[in-house]
Parts: sequence; C-alpha cells; structure tokens
Amino acid sequence: MTEPFFELMFAGIFVNNIVLAQFLGQCPFLGTSKKMSTATGMSMAVVFVLILAAVFTWFINNLLVKHDLDYLQIVSFILVIASLVQFVEMFLKKMVPPLYSSLGIFLPLITTNCAVMGACLINAGKEEYLFMDCIINALAYAIGFGLALILFAGVRERIILARVPKPLEDASIGLVTAGIIALTFYTFQGMV
Amino acid sequence: MAKSIAQEFKKGLWDEIPPFNLVLGLCPVLAVTKTIAGGIGMGLATTFVLVCSNLLVSLLRKVIPPKVRIACFIIIIATFVTIVKFALEAYAYDLYNELGMFIPLIVVNCVVLGRSEAFAYKNKFAPSIADGLGIGLGFTLSLGAIGAVREILGTGNLTFNILGQFKYEATEIFGSSFEPFTFLIEAPGAFVCVGLLLCLMNIVGKK
Repeated sequence: MTEPFFELMFAGIFVNNIVLAQFLGQCPFLGTSKKMSTATGMSMAVVFVLILAAVFTWFINNLLVKHDLDYLQIVSFILVIASLVQFVEMFLKKMVPPLYSSLGIFLPLITTNCAVMGACLINAGKEEYLFMDCIINALAYAIGFGLALILFAGVRERIILARVPKPLEDASIGLVTAGIIALTFYTFQGMV
Repeated sequence: MAKSIAQEFKKGLWDEIPPFNLVLGLCPVLAVTKTIAGGIGMGLATTFVLVCSNLLVSLLRKVIPPKVRIACFIIIIATFVTIVKFALEAYAYDLYNELGMFIPLIVVNCVVLGRSEAFAYKNKFAPSIADGLGIGLGFTLSLGAIGAVREILGTGNLTFNILGQFKYEATEIFGSSFEPFTFLIEAPGAFVCVGLLLCLMNIVGKK
C-alpha cells in the first residue's frame, strides 16, 4: 500500500464522493431512490460488484499494459464487468438464494452503472496504486455511493408527503434536492 | 413504415430530447457542462457513437441472436467509443483533457444503449441513422444549453472554441459590476441547474 488506509477511505467516501462530486452512477441514484428498501438493495449490490470488478480489472489492466494493448482497455473492461455481473447473478441464484432475492433486479442493472466502470477506470489511471490501494479505493467509492443513495432516499421519502409545484415534480425536485445534498458533501472539498 | 425518415430525425430534437424528456444518461450531462465548449464537444462525440452503433446494430440485427444482444451491442458501442477517444486525443487534445474520463464512459451511457435496444434492433438502417442523428443532436443541443447557462451565469464570460475553427469570445456579458454565481460551476450547482432547467422544460412543454 502506498497511501494510508484512513486517508484513502475518507477521500473516497466524502471528498471525492462518486455520485455527488464525480457525477458517476446518476441513473441508479435517481432511479432507485424513491423507496428506502430499493435504495438499500441497490447499495448492497454495488458494494458487492464494485469490489469484485476492481479485483478483476486490476489483473486485466496489468495484463494489457504488459503486452502493450492499452487500446483494448474500454472494450475489455466493459466485457469483464458485464460477464462478471451475469456470473455473480447465476452464482448467487444457485448458492445464496436469500441474498439473490434481496438484490433481485438490481444486479443486471449494474452493468450500465457507470460508477462501476468509472471506479475501475480511475484505478487503472493511477499508476502508483498497488493492488490493495485499488481494492480499498473501490470499497470507499462503493460505501460513498451507498451513503449518498440512502441519504437521498430518506429525503425523497419525505418529499412525497410535501406539496411540490406541478412543473417541479418528480425528477426535477429530485435533482434540486440532490444539489443540496451535494452542497453538504462539497464542504469536505480540499480536506485530503 | 409508420413514420418517415424526417420524422424519426425530428423527434430527437424536441419530443424525445435527451436528457430532458427521457431522464437517462445524466452523468455526462452534469459533469462536462461547466463550459459550453465541453458540453457541445461531449454531445458531438456521443452523436458519432450513436449514429455508428445504430447503423451497425441495424445492419447486423438479423445476425445477432436475441439472447446475447445486449453483450453484442456493448461491444459494438465500445469499439466506436475507442475510436472517438483516440481521435479526440490526436486532434482535439484540450477537449480530450477537459472531458477526461467521460469519453470512455460514453460506453455505459444509457442513451446510446437505449437507442440500440429500442430502435436500431427493430428497424432498417436508414431510419436508424436518422434516429441516431436526431437523438444525438438533441443531446448536443441540451448539453450546449446547460453549458451556456452555467458558463454565462457562473463566470460572467462566454468562450467558445472548437478545433480552432469556430471561435467566439465575450467577457463580462452583464457588465463589470456583475458578481458571478460561482456556485453554478461547482458540483452542487450542476444538480440545481439541471433540475431547474427540467422544470422550465416542463412548463414550456405542458402548454
């Protein structure tokens, strides 16, 4: 490890929060935040897949760099992530049915979650990162995603009860709310 | 055929304009629209990928088996994204640096995959190109509009320069006493700005 554990975690969860500071994974962030239960399901699925994807893409990336095949990065990463998601889905269905039924439809959706692809690309772009750095970074991003999603879902559940002006309904008020939550995370900027 | 090619093209510019009327693919919308140039550059890159992948998917639609179609779409899209990435690195290095990670991430943009799945896989190649071009230009327009709002209100200036060909520069549009809303070019401002524009679109669209 090149950087201290705490620093990596804090930077990944708060300072460079993947949803609110780096704008990755907006689709699940807005799509699955209407109910608290779906938000927790999605967060768990992301933590699970993001760490697995970080492990696999680390090996793939090393292989590509070694053989001078950098230009295949995008194609191979997305293929690895897509097949990983399929594999995890089949594995869980067979071996751990309770977890499978609680993650449910969120697993296949993760393929097009740019938070997963984005975190892998960030890891690949940092040449000084060793294996453990990548894994901890991925864990921090995943926790940051979960934290933002669950906070947001809590606020959105309240908004349903409020009277919102007609044109602002649904996605529009959601984005403005997300902006206010992003403002709280923005205060961490520059701490690490 | 229910609709003409011109109609397929036109629907992307207003009726189904992304990201406002289909709230998909928001990541680049929020991230690269600090400036109008970044927004339009991103929009054009996405348009290229959309048109090419739509064309190839519609040509191969009889060959691609339905069960593995998503994987096939993703490989086709990833190929064109790689082309765009290297082209931008070679010919528009400033733009390449500004967009950064969001060029490879076009591959997971729901708008692109969505058009392959919902349109190109079921239609002939001419309407598919028109559809890709329409949706792509609609996307470019919205990104440019968001970029313009954020740049003008957030910095008070407007600079526009794509490949050194189309140059436009205006400083202190509202006069020197105008204090720019720096909030708008920071991360939280992106959410609020897109949210309010969406609200505006709802008001205009519902009339």
